[in-house]
Amino acid sequence: MKLGLGAGAQMLRFDEKADRVVPPTGFTARLTLFSAFAMAFLAVFALALSLAAGRVAERWGDELAQSSTVRISAPAGEVARQTEAALRVLRTTPGIVDARALTDEEQRALLTPWFGADLPVEDLPLPQLIDIEETPEGYDAAGLRLRLAAEAPAAVLDDHARWRKPLTRAASRMRWLGWAAILLIGAATASMVTLAANASLAANAQVIAVLRLVGATDAYIASAFVRRFALRALGGAAGGTLIGVGALFLVPSGGDDTGFLTDLSIQGWGWLWVLLIPPVFGLVAFFATRFAAKRVLEELA
Amino acid sequence: MIELENVAYSYGGGELLTDLSLTVPPGSFHFLTGPSGSGKTTFLKLCYGALQATAGHVRLFDRDVRSLGRDDIALLRRRVGVVHQDCQFLDHLPVTENVALPLAVSGQDSGGTDANLKELLAWVGLTARADALPPELSGGERQRAALARAVIMSPDVILADEPTGNIDWEMSQRLLKLLVELNRMGKTVLVATHDLSLIRAAKAQVQTRVLRISNRRLQTAGADL
Ligand SMILES: Nc1ncnc2c1ncn2[C@@H]1O[C@H](COP(=O)(O)OP(=O)(O)OP(=O)(O)O)[C@@H](O)[C@H]1O
Ligand SMILES: [Mg+2]
Repeated sequence: MKLGLGAGAQMLRFDEKADRVVPPTGFTARLTLFSAFAMAFLAVFALALSLAAGRVAERWGDELAQSSTVRISAPAGEVARQTEAALRVLRTTPGIVDARALTDEEQRALLTPWFGADLPVEDLPLPQLIDIEETPEGYDAAGLRLRLAAEAPAAVLDDHARWRKPLTRAASRMRWLGWAAILLIGAATASMVTLAANASLAANAQVIAVLRLVGATDAYIASAFVRRFALRALGGAAGGTLIGVGALFLVPSGGDDTGFLTDLSIQGWGWLWVLLIPPVFGLVAFFATRFAAKRVLEELA
Repeated sequence: MIELENVAYSYGGGELLTDLSLTVPPGSFHFLTGPSGSGKTTFLKLCYGALQATAGHVRLFDRDVRSLGRDDIALLRRRVGVVHQDCQFLDHLPVTENVALPLAVSGQDSGGTDANLKELLAWVGLTARADALPPELSGGERQRAALARAVIMSPDVILADEPTGNIDWEMSQRLLKLLVELNRMGKTVLVATHDLSLIRAAKAQVQTRVLRISNRRLQTAGADL
């Protein structure tokens, strides 16, 4: 049996006669159509989940990287000493990569949008800011607060965004779960199509025998089945994808920053993935049926 | 065209056929007789590669059947028209498409053959039944359809297994005439039958050689027929 491109080309050549040599079998046709439909529908959701989780993980991850600061609000004479003390504490805290006091220029740059460019920073009782860069695992905030209170009582740890950290981790895990689900959906589709194709081939043993008697090659017989199953899976998956996308539009969008349950939409390049669902299902069915046909034809030889 | 050399065959039990040697030259007309169950159908299957000899060699068009892969056998079958004893058809397709099936599976099914096909159906007297499904045919109609399917590729060899098994005298005479006509066109014909009157009728029209399977061996039948 010829494998590869030849069989593919044979499938694509629209050959109605070759389709007719295999009698239309009710239940395997419906089984393939239905599983492709249902699986494509699920694949749309797994894909949307994965893409949305990916977006959340990336956005929150970026914010988290510069999420904490320490503010020193002390009388003018104290600031330098307390800043030194706070930096010492921070640099010896596990989970912190680097801590750096902002320069006057940087502080001025932060304030410019509010007060204009010629703000005399030196003359104002502004707090000194320290930027914290943390490791992905992060630091122990409660412990750090205690140590800061002891060494630099004027230091205030501001970690407003840290609560999102476990959520970000969850989001990024969710993204991989989404892809794993898609893989499983693909595998389940392949097995169901293999099952249906096997049933169809077995039910048509007599037809196969007649075709062989009149000189049909294995490639011809296999292609008659393969084409049929691939087209069914393609059609079913197209329907499932369409309905799945329709259902996604029914999930109300909560706007920009409400989190990811309300963000289960497909955006930008995501549509490319969605468009790939039906042809990928067709291909999966193509190879599953070819595999089944090759085996059954070998057995019936 | 077909050569057997010390061929034996067994379905698993004892040997059904032993030590068969035969040369079927191109353009010849052979009959094969023998009691029911003696192995006529088995013999034909050995000839067209549906079964492999358990001993000896079968050569078809000068190629040892044993050395052929499934695809080679498929290609050979396009050059050998077989009328099967049980006339196997695709029951969901009408007679026309069943008759044209060898063309379809060999990728030759395109315009131009339509006229041929009509002519062929008329030749076997099935024009009126062209759109019927095989299960709707009478036994004789099935056998004529099988003959039409066997010759549509205009094969060099025609193997017919009890082609007149189900039909009356008149119809079997017509079928014989078709086979004789094919033989006159240069085709090699081998007919398995236990209908001795058919053989006698054939002898009046064409030079034939009659083989008999008896006691698991192949014999040339004498002039007693
Ligand atoms: N697939 C098979 N497996 C086992 N035994 C078989 C098989 N096919 C045929 N036989 C046996 O082999 C013997 C010869 O069968 P075959 O069909 O060749 O006989 P035949 O001469 O064509 O008979 P008939 O005139 O009734 O058609 C029979 O006894 C039959 O039961
Ligand atoms: Mg027989």
